[in-house]
Amino acid sequence: MTSKSVSSNNYESYLEYNGKGRGLKSWIFSTDHKRIGLLYLITMLIFFAVGVTFGFLMRLELIAPGKTIMDPQTYNAIFTLHGIIMIFLFIIPGLPAVFGNFFLPILVGAKDVSFPRLNLLSWWLFLIGGLLAIISVFLPGGPADTGWTFYIPYSVRTSTNVFPALLAAFVLGFSSILTGLNFVTTIHRLRVPGMTWFKMPLFVWSLYSTAWIQVLATPIVGITLLLVILERAFGFGIFDPALGGDPVLYQHLFWIYSHPAVYIMIIPAMGVISEIIPVFAQRTIFGYKFIAFSSIAIALFGSLVWAHHMFTVGMSGTAMFVFSLLTFLVAIPSAIKVFNWVSTLYKGSIATDPPLLYALGFIFLFSIGGFTGLIQGALSVNMHIHDTSFIVAHFHYVMFGGTGFGIFAALHFWFPKMFGKKYNLQKAKYGFWTLFIGFNLLYFPLFVMGWLGMPRRYYDYLPEYHIYHLVSTIGSWILILGLIIMFGNFIYALLKGEKTSEVNPWGGETLEWHVPTPPPLENFDEIPTIETDPYQYVQNNSDNVLVKEAN
Amino acid sequence: MFPNSTYAESVDFAFWFIVGISFTLLVLITILMIYFVFKYNRKKQVKAENIHGNLTLEIVWTVIPVLLTLGMFYYGWMGYQDLSNPPSDAMVVKSTGQMWKWTYEYNNGLVTDTLFVPVNRAVKIDLVSADVNHSFFIPAFRIKRDVLPNRENFVWFKAENTGSFDIACAEYCGLQHSYMYSKVVVLPENEYDLWFKNASEKKDISSTDSTQTLN
Repeated sequence: MTSKSVSSNNYESYLEYNGKGRGLKSWIFSTDHKRIGLLYLITMLIFFAVGVTFGFLMRLELIAPGKTIMDPQTYNAIFTLHGIIMIFLFIIPGLPAVFGNFFLPILVGAKDVSFPRLNLLSWWLFLIGGLLAIISVFLPGGPADTGWTFYIPYSVRTSTNVFPALLAAFVLGFSSILTGLNFVTTIHRLRVPGMTWFKMPLFVWSLYSTAWIQVLATPIVGITLLLVILERAFGFGIFDPALGGDPVLYQHLFWIYSHPAVYIMIIPAMGVISEIIPVFAQRTIFGYKFIAFSSIAIALFGSLVWAHHMFTVGMSGTAMFVFSLLTFLVAIPSAIKVFNWVSTLYKGSIATDPPLLYALGFIFLFSIGGFTGLIQGALSVNMHIHDTSFIVAHFHYVMFGGTGFGIFAALHFWFPKMFGKKYNLQKAKYGFWTLFIGFNLLYFPLFVMGWLGMPRRYYDYLPEYHIYHLVSTIGSWILILGLIIMFGNFIYALLKGEKTSEVNPWGGETLEWHVPTPPPLENFDEIPTIETDPYQYVQNNSDNVLVKEAN
Repeated sequence: MFPNSTYAESVDFAFWFIVGISFTLLVLITILMIYFVFKYNRKKQVKAENIHGNLTLEIVWTVIPVLLTLGMFYYGWMGYQDLSNPPSDAMVVKSTGQMWKWTYEYNNGLVTDTLFVPVNRAVKIDLVSADVNHSFFIPAFRIKRDVLPNRENFVWFKAENTGSFDIACAEYCGLQHSYMYSKVVVLPENEYDLWFKNASEKKDISSTDSTQTLN
């Protein structure tokens, strides 16, 4: 973009603007996509802190066999809450609702999303859902102890507060649907002139695939949870065998949503990685169309593999064959992405700044998560490692090593743009390495003991697994130290960090690097026009003419 | 942990086959990443090149993974075929899972809380739950099958060595889930027959006793 659009010095940034009242009201009732993105960021990080605390307590309990700090009922409630919070309140909204809201309109050259008020409503639903989850902890009866999967019949038998927890998940589902709806519409209707489908940044492609899954799959879990609520409240016999229902039907319905939900969690992270690598290699992305279409392929195939969560339930041979085969095939688009990312480093000019470190960390950890997914997709092997700590390790590698590191990569990448503050690069690197080492120490032993036969969701364990649990718990402390370094660095930057209005600190080419820092209320004074691919780097680093103003 | 059933050996083969391929690819990806980061580091003032892609490479790294994963699928599927087809002469024991213990019922009505089986003989376990979902898991035999209240599942194995092995519950079932352990004791054929005879007699005596008490 030419320098014209960034020349206006006396603009009001979205952080300063007060449209609807002052103070808190100007935030919680704001329909500005960037403010809503920040609202999500703050709420999500609070829930993340709670989820991490629960994870820390679980690991502490498991440091030695027998009772360490809590009784089994507390442990069962804590792993349930850890799952519900991390999945519904952190990982699912993590990238789309925070960075999607903030950057999608800017990346496609729009002033906001298509339905700003729906967007605000979706944050409010998110908040209400989160509060319901918290209320369920303190009501008489105690927090739910069913695991985040709410498997029937246990979930209709337990006397704990399953009802509010289900209601929370139900409300959160609607929040997710509204976000998806907004993104699909925005991407279809609000792209700037000249931005054809294949000129969209890859993060936009990933949000597009994700948004479709959110719109199409989330209603299924909504209805399922509603049926469970009806069954608990009025004794409808749908899933409970005592009433003539079928618990396996529940598992099918649950995973028809919850497996695609895994892709709601990971695809946007892949999009972030596809944005970061070209910027720090200062060259165009390798295989743009293959990366774009692989997101769509993952969304399609990913909707047809849900029953691989149920291989031990006793399905027909045909079902086992088809679901196992598709599970292997869904790995291919992910592999294609990884190969293209690595190739994007080839003949680049690489700066190992924190966002790239996190992106490379993502590729390594996500690959381990992916490969161990193949191990579980093999039917005979699945019979052994199903429901062991192997699967716990696998999904933490994908969800935390993948999506989690993707969120951290996005934070390090876009933080200066979002807040107009600089963070300390060296400390961010220390944070990364501490987190990376702690992560592997925490989760890798779970693979080993899972293979050796350690079942998941166990309060206590046989002495032969002690060494792995011990190493894992020590890893959890190092990981938390890494988190403290990382967030400490960010908080310091926000409070006391050097202000920056540098428009393009990393030398990116997509539109967000051509609007002022921090961005003004409606992003663009004049709507720009796109003429070339999103990652068309000019190699001699002179005038990077990507887009021109539309007069 | 050594595999201790015919099925366990096929599981271990498929496992190490996939681990081997995965490890090779992971090392390849990681080494390439690190090599590129050093070789094309900006400190070396290298000039970046816009390479948009390469169709041949895309085809290669699509087709090869497809073939590899089909191979993985094949070994997994073949092994599973074995598990879903128990020999017709298998000895049948019915196991009931309930919060939070396992019981085993033999064909003559004998009920135990430890599973005794003869070595080198196919044993089919019919699985049913008295309450919520459980999952019958013998790590040493590499087998697991969910135990549900409204349908009968089964699992089978042929133990190749004598000894005592853990049976765990692998599907979360509430408060004492992690204590829902039991043992399978694999005995030589003659010792098993002896145990079965003695246990059945004791059971007959005790059931006669209870009948008399009732009368």
